[in-house]
Amino acid sequence: MPKRSVVSVGATLLAASLALSACGSRGGSDNSSTAGGNSSAKVAKIGVIAPLSGDLAALGLGIKNSVDLAIKQANEANAIPGWKLELAAEDDQATADVGKNAATKLAGDKEVIGVVGTLNSSVALQVQPVLASANIVQVSPANTGVSLTKGEDAANPKRPFPTYFRTCTTDAIQGPFAARYLFNSGIKEVATVHDKKAYGQGLVEAFTAEFKNLGGTIVAAETINPDEDKYDAVVSAIKPKAPEAVYYGGEYPQGGPLSQQMKSQGLDVPLMGGDGLFDGKFIELAGSTSEGDMATSVGAPTDSTAAGKTFLDQYKTAGYSDPSAAYGGYAYDAANAIINALKVSLKDAASVEAARPNTVTDLGKVSFDGVTGKVAFDEFGDTTTKVLTVYKVTGGAWKAEKTDEFK
Amino acid sequence: METFLQQLINGLTLGSLYALIAVGYTVVYGIVQLINFAHGEVFMIGAFGALATYLLLFQGQTALWILPIMIIGAMVAAVGTAVAMERVAYRPLRNAPRLAPLITAIGISVFLQEFIRLFFDKIPGTNFPSAKAKIPFPQIDVVTGKAFSPLAGVQIQRAAVFTIAMMALSALGLWYFINKTKTGRGMQAVSQDPDTARLMGINVDRIIVAAFAVGAALAGIAGVAQGLQITNINFKMGFIAGLKAFTAAVLGGIGNIQGAVIGGLVLGMAEAMITQYTGMLPDPFGQFGGSSWKDVWAFALLIIVLVFRPQGLLGAKVVDRA
Repeated sequence: MPKRSVVSVGATLLAASLALSACGSRGGSDNSSTAGGNSSAKVAKIGVIAPLSGDLAALGLGIKNSVDLAIKQANEANAIPGWKLELAAEDDQATADVGKNAATKLAGDKEVIGVVGTLNSSVALQVQPVLASANIVQVSPANTGVSLTKGEDAANPKRPFPTYFRTCTTDAIQGPFAARYLFNSGIKEVATVHDKKAYGQGLVEAFTAEFKNLGGTIVAAETINPDEDKYDAVVSAIKPKAPEAVYYGGEYPQGGPLSQQMKSQGLDVPLMGGDGLFDGKFIELAGSTSEGDMATSVGAPTDSTAAGKTFLDQYKTAGYSDPSAAYGGYAYDAANAIINALKVSLKDAASVEAARPNTVTDLGKVSFDGVTGKVAFDEFGDTTTKVLTVYKVTGGAWKAEKTDEFK
Repeated sequence: METFLQQLINGLTLGSLYALIAVGYTVVYGIVQLINFAHGEVFMIGAFGALATYLLLFQGQTALWILPIMIIGAMVAAVGTAVAMERVAYRPLRNAPRLAPLITAIGISVFLQEFIRLFFDKIPGTNFPSAKAKIPFPQIDVVTGKAFSPLAGVQIQRAAVFTIAMMALSALGLWYFINKTKTGRGMQAVSQDPDTARLMGINVDRIIVAAFAVGAALAGIAGVAQGLQITNINFKMGFIAGLKAFTAAVLGGIGNIQGAVIGGLVLGMAEAMITQYTGMLPDPFGQFGGSSWKDVWAFALLIIVLVFRPQGLLGAKVVDRA
């Protein structure tokens, strides 16, 4: 019997080691403080909660750097007399639990006045209540999950947390926008795939409803497991239904390989997705067969407006090692929205904690022209700007195809 | 029928990959009775070795002739890792209680994963991307790209053909090595009785190193095949692949080389077929089909086989030394 017992003990140990390694925390917090300002000024911190390591780090680092840029500029301009702003960046590893810990850490810091983040809607669900209980405003540059501002019941929208705002549009608009674009370009039969996360599922549901409404057919609805690398089973299931396009709800670490595997297994139709696909890494992962794949993203292309170009130039001059990525402009606007609110709420406040409740109210009233368009919030904390753009992979890069306001 | 053929090819591809890795578990087990749980990481390092070779020598090119050199790079990295781990971690524990090398194996597995995750981009003299996120794998002409269709309705992924072909070639090479070379026959002798083999003048230490090296070479090939199939690699890729390959080795009868190959093919085929056809059953059962259930079915198959045939499909090598 010794042989079999070695096998079984081994399997048990392996399972145990898996469980252990799953609890271990990876990556550290990445704190950097901003220079400038005079040392006698009181300090207020703007937090960032975003994935700074892992598969989505490209997006998270863009957010962190853009907020850092906004803070530096505010300090240089002495935007809030008597106060110096600092950045407090926390890594959420795109994981809800880690994000919650990061939020708890920031909420426990008496100097934190507002937070920019998160990237993922699923993480935001855990972060919202923690920050709300401390009256800290949260402005997300990237959460597109509808329920974050409108609650679970779409028919009777009710704002769950008054402290939560966002500068990007939601899946309720992004999904239907993609549906209309595909339908109007003559595609009537589509298969959908999502990754079972809040973002992906919400996007596909919104897409499906609008696409059926327009008269199109969903020929297959499949899901993938985001921890997997091989999607043969999904591709084999979709292929016999002969869709004219595949709509994917999820992010580029899975979307890129999915596109490549679809095409290498003979399902040669475009893959379309939301802003989660809109990153250069998608094209790297999907390879040369990604030509014609599409993604919607919120707002007009950052480099299509004068303000956006200025932002990109300043970002470049600041010398960050990572690009501003898909959400840089939104994060910059989110940070500036908080800073604009602070100009009113923090100016005469005795301490950061005392200024928190007023900041919530003042942030709701903010209205200025940001780099991604007009920045203002409706009664739910959603942005009032509903401009979206369809991007298409052309010649190995994302090219803006069509920018339109959703009505 | 077309679906069946398609799944047959999917299953064969998956099975070939499992088989290539499973050989490493079974060869080492046959000789030193050690379940080398770090073998999945050898597979992962093989893939990174191929990528490193590509980035150092051929960055930006996609010609087919690069592929053999990448495979050699993968084998060098995998074999180097396996031989080093044998020398540093397993040999000092050769006569220790069995649990000691087993726990060491798990430790090495974690060590190698973290090493690649943290240091791949910091290797001096190179400019490799960080392994903290998925890294795109080079897409070589001919073996990647759009599917080709030999029969109407059946479309074959190019990398799948590569995987199956490499599996067939490796199986032939392995058969030749085990049965026709001096080292291979020495391996057979050591696996039957190491003490007598030593008395007959066989250098047992060398044979054990050879066993690790053979398994690692095949795992390196598997690493390239996997990279080409899914076009990206990451530091975690060895874990689940290693677990599945270990399952395949046990399924076929651990310690038995033909068993590992058969076990891999059976496991891959079962995964492809069960996920496809369970999904077509009428409603209360249909929900158990689809890709999200494939691991459940793979391990259920293992349990069923072990309940009715504990020695595995082809029979394990019976070793019971006091």
